[in-house]
Amino acid sequence: METALSSTPIREGKRWQKTMLELCSNPLTLSGLVIVGILVFTAIFAPVLAPYDPQRIDTYHILEAPSSAHLLGTDGLGRDCLSRLIFGARISLLVGFVAVGIATAVGTVLGALAGYYGKWVDSVIMRFVDIMLCFPTIFLIMAVIAFLEPSIWNIMIVIGLTGWMGVARLVRAEFLSLKKRDFVLASRICGASDLQIVFGEILPNAIAPILVSATLGVGGAILTESALSFLGIGVQPPTPSWGNMLTEGKDNLEIAWWLSVFPGLAILVTVLGYNLLGEGLRDFFDPRKKR
Amino acid sequence: MGFISFLLKRILGLVPTFFGITLISFFVMHLAPGEPMSLQADFNPKMTPEMRQRLRAQYGLDKPLYVQYAKWLKGLVHLDLGRSFSPDRRKVWDKISERLPVTILINFLSMLLILAVSIPLGVRAAVRENSLFDQVTTVLVFLAYAAPAFWVALLLMLLFGIEWNLLPVSGLHSLMGYDQMGLFEKVLDWSKHLILPVFVSAIGGLAGFSRYTRSSMLEVLRQDYITTARAKGLPERVVIYRHALRNALLPFITILGLSIPGLIGGSVIFESIFAIPGVGQLMWSAVMARDYPVLMGNLVIVAILTLLGNLLADVGYAAVDPRIRTGLQEQE
Repeated sequence: METALSSTPIREGKRWQKTMLELCSNPLTLSGLVIVGILVFTAIFAPVLAPYDPQRIDTYHILEAPSSAHLLGTDGLGRDCLSRLIFGARISLLVGFVAVGIATAVGTVLGALAGYYGKWVDSVIMRFVDIMLCFPTIFLIMAVIAFLEPSIWNIMIVIGLTGWMGVARLVRAEFLSLKKRDFVLASRICGASDLQIVFGEILPNAIAPILVSATLGVGGAILTESALSFLGIGVQPPTPSWGNMLTEGKDNLEIAWWLSVFPGLAILVTVLGYNLLGEGLRDFFDPRKKR
Repeated sequence: MGFISFLLKRILGLVPTFFGITLISFFVMHLAPGEPMSLQADFNPKMTPEMRQRLRAQYGLDKPLYVQYAKWLKGLVHLDLGRSFSPDRRKVWDKISERLPVTILINFLSMLLILAVSIPLGVRAAVRENSLFDQVTTVLVFLAYAAPAFWVALLLMLLFGIEWNLLPVSGLHSLMGYDQMGLFEKVLDWSKHLILPVFVSAIGGLAGFSRYTRSSMLEVLRQDYITTARAKGLPERVVIYRHALRNALLPFITILGLSIPGLIGGSVIFESIFAIPGVGQLMWSAVMARDYPVLMGNLVIVAILTLLGNLLADVGYAAVDPRIRTGLQEQE
């Protein structure tokens, strides 16, 4: 049990260091961290890293196989695939963060309301969760997208608004077990308001599972975006996203294998990275797995 | 509480969920900028405000929302989902119902594949925890989780269809000479066309279910009654497959029900890649054409099917596990 003493600034810094060390001691978590780190780095420094302008059309070099000039080949408009892949990392990073951010926020608020207030609030919210779970997510997303312009922002918002149910259930369960604890009772006796108890007392204790599910959710959001972009209803060309690059791969499957192989590999590795990190965090927070 | 009353209670419980599904579908339909018919109207340069007004009245869009909802709901109960916006102007229900069997067939086959492969895989991995076999399956599961299904489909098409020319990559059956084939040849032709789509739609489930079987088995194997079974000298086979697996697989039924929407959702992807005329492809083409009646019809029909699937799973669970219907087990 942590005591009030342990939260002095010096100890705080040391604890953070210790946490990082402990996290990195698991090779799988470490590789997840490294992959996500590379993704962030690539996305931020894309203009510096990319050898070509990702949207520059070069009609003299159409559908060229990988060579020293174009490491991953060129596409149907002669654009450099490596450069497009590097800029595509921006989309993946953005989608992951924004969509999961929305889903986590909505899920946390609804789950907290349901778990904390119980009774009819709980029944209504959980019934809503059950209803949402009956729709195949991608059908719901497609139906909404059909009414909106398919832009990256709309995609992220819709993915976020259709992916909060898992978080809501999780947060509700956490609140159900936490709200009966002594420290919650103690702060209520001290006159804390509902808002203070929910956000100041209970939520901080439920952060770990929320963080784990958010990290695992990023991979799912990236997969959904890439599938939508692949189907032509996500990120629109010429903006490069890994999903819409694969559409071109499909159209040129017989003559240009590199268009299909590399973007998919990028998605695979990125999602793998987030999943490894998420699983690592889960083990890290799981008291049963501690020595 | 007997089984019949449990069943009745469950079915009654579905009623609000059913109305919720229709409400959300109806709400999504009214998200349309303007209204569902505005697209038709916008494409017509001769459209005057009076004509627009008449069209609104014809579609019932001038009435208050709750009247529109009641009318739509009434239609839904009679399987009347309106007519498609596409030039053929066919009934939405006809369009959906002719495509449903294909999607259900493929999802059913892939479910069989998932169960047939993932259960033995998960059991083996759990029994030999931390062995090489366990580690290899874990790696495969992680890869299958992270791989976009449509990308795997492309790679398989590249290898089996183009590189090795072993399997057809589009459609449900051959276009040339299909009518002259005998029954056996037809079945063979269908099977060849279905191998890749079924496999692709099963990938995610394969990963999820093997992982689930493994962890569920590990949990069960630690229980006292397993130790008892071993202590009284039962062969390991019997302990694993008769005592442990049965209990480990119980929650499977619920998970099967919950995985229905994911499977049907996945059909959008593989049906559009492999050019299979199912509900997913219909959904995709409806989005591309902004064919709102078809879109909404699809959404609501698939959700209701999911609801029924979940009911079936619940009933199945109660049938095998008496704790559920007697309410002895605490709700999650």
